[in-house]
Amino acid sequence: MSKDIEREQAIAEAAASEPLQDQATQLINALQSTHAEAVSDVIQAFGEITVVVPRERIVELCEYLKTTPEFAFNLLADICGVDRGPEEDPRFEVNYHLFSTTKFHRLRLKVVVSEEDASVPTVTNVWRTANWHERETFDMFGVRFDGHPDLRRILLPDDWQGHALRKDFPLRGYEPYSLS
Amino acid sequence: MSASSVNIPAQFEVVDQPLDTQMTISMGPQHPSTHGVLRLELVLDGEMVVKCTPDIGYLHTGMEKLFEYKKYQQGIVITDRMDYLNPLGNNLCYVMAVEKLLGLEIPERAQVIRVLMCELQRIASHMVWLGTHALDIGAMTVFFYAFREREKILNLIEAASGGRLTPSYFRIGGLMMDLPAGFERRAQQFIDKFPKAVDEFETLLSGNTIFQTRTQGVGIITADDAIDMGVTGPCLRGSGVAVDVRRTNPYTGYETYDFEVPVEQSCDVWGRYLVRMRELRESLKIARQALGRLKPGPVKADAPKVVLPDREAMKTHMDALIHHFLIVAEGFNVPAGEIYHPIEGSKGELGCYVRSDGGPKPSRVHFRGPSFVNLSALPHMAEGEMVADVVAIIGSLDIVLGEIDR
Repeated sequence: MSKDIEREQAIAEAAASEPLQDQATQLINALQSTHAEAVSDVIQAFGEITVVVPRERIVELCEYLKTTPEFAFNLLADICGVDRGPEEDPRFEVNYHLFSTTKFHRLRLKVVVSEEDASVPTVTNVWRTANWHERETFDMFGVRFDGHPDLRRILLPDDWQGHALRKDFPLRGYEPYSLS
Repeated sequence: MSASSVNIPAQFEVVDQPLDTQMTISMGPQHPSTHGVLRLELVLDGEMVVKCTPDIGYLHTGMEKLFEYKKYQQGIVITDRMDYLNPLGNNLCYVMAVEKLLGLEIPERAQVIRVLMCELQRIASHMVWLGTHALDIGAMTVFFYAFREREKILNLIEAASGGRLTPSYFRIGGLMMDLPAGFERRAQQFIDKFPKAVDEFETLLSGNTIFQTRTQGVGIITADDAIDMGVTGPCLRGSGVAVDVRRTNPYTGYETYDFEVPVEQSCDVWGRYLVRMRELRESLKIARQALGRLKPGPVKADAPKVVLPDREAMKTHMDALIHHFLIVAEGFNVPAGEIYHPIEGSKGELGCYVRSDGGPKPSRVHFRGPSFVNLSALPHMAEGEMVADVVAIIGSLDIVLGEIDR
């Protein structure tokens, strides 16, 4: 039993103090110096880098990361929403998982938004693949993406009530759904 | 009596009416070549596709919601049901994400078996793609040949895990159990015989003029467009981009295996076909190496609070019994944090985002399904093509609706 506790402590320490590869550190430092106001926070954990971005800056930063040769994040792997819970503020997170097909490195961008004003500018003009990912996040969490060309529900029916992956949405739904 | 004097209702008059307007048709959700319940809204001008709008969600079962109500180890069985042609890949993606959060060391033998099983599963998944893709285009024989080979792999998976379509063989911390006696011999038999089967497929299709005409120059997507639209896997490599997660971000020791990443430059359905055919041989190469590396050893990590104890230990040791009870009844706590773990599934980059609050259940699990993203590039490939080519393009994308709708 004590072995496990020791191991867990070791993991927590390792995750907190894990040194990044030199190159990645340099890139993040460069990013912080050029876009200081676009980087609210940098989190390093479990071998991954997360950059927390204010939502007003997300499009600008994505454009920069995609076009600058040192970063070359030309492939948006995934966008995924997170609901921290109805009592939290800001309540929602939108995570962007970036990948570079030339440098093979990865980065996570994180935008946090409150429930009252759950909207993020769209990045469909940066990567076209963001279209469906943003539709899915809207469908499941109700986070709106301003400027999205076609913000409709994607997995659930158009007349569905509520957003299914919110923590306060019951597992079995509010009432049985019927197509009629 | 002359014909003109008979009073025929107007709608039965035979007149030449040129179809000068566009027509909207619904392809699916019960169309056999949409590989599940996919509906495409096609706007046609004659036989030309003007606009293609995929309509998905018919198979949505709320899996990501369900994860939040299940303990970590219970989530594994949900992953089986997403991409049901590549369940071991889904298992691996999920358990590796959780293992990263837990910081578990996986024993060597378990890693090798994971690679071996994943590559066999990849071949099985490509067999379904090959059979149905050829069937859609009109070559029926290939279907039987491909499913004959797939059956052998499913038998191997069944021997190891007890399940054919839903193995749940990989567990957090290792494997469900070690390989059964005689498995290595049977796997070796399959690996020795399979290259002949690939030759057979190639004689049936690669030199087939009809197949070539139906696929060459159809469904073009350039490398830049493919990257911009997030296309990954064989579809991206068919457009000339050598990106394979096994090579770019290696996991479970793929960096130590010798294999090539097949790339084709033609950007069309034919290119994607060639990539997958060459991948069959590469997967076989990896599987053969993995089989050669199998050494006796443990298949579960040494973490009694996470990994279920052996049956025998549970009956004889008090602490093993307590751990067993706690894992089953309460689960285990996972340190708070978030992970995005990508692997190379049979269809592209399969990513699993797991977020933990520190409790026995995840607070969010999200899957980046390669089929979902690849399908979103379908309108780009299909618009401007003939309606019959849409069938060929869907086949070349190798989509599984269970993963798209989740």
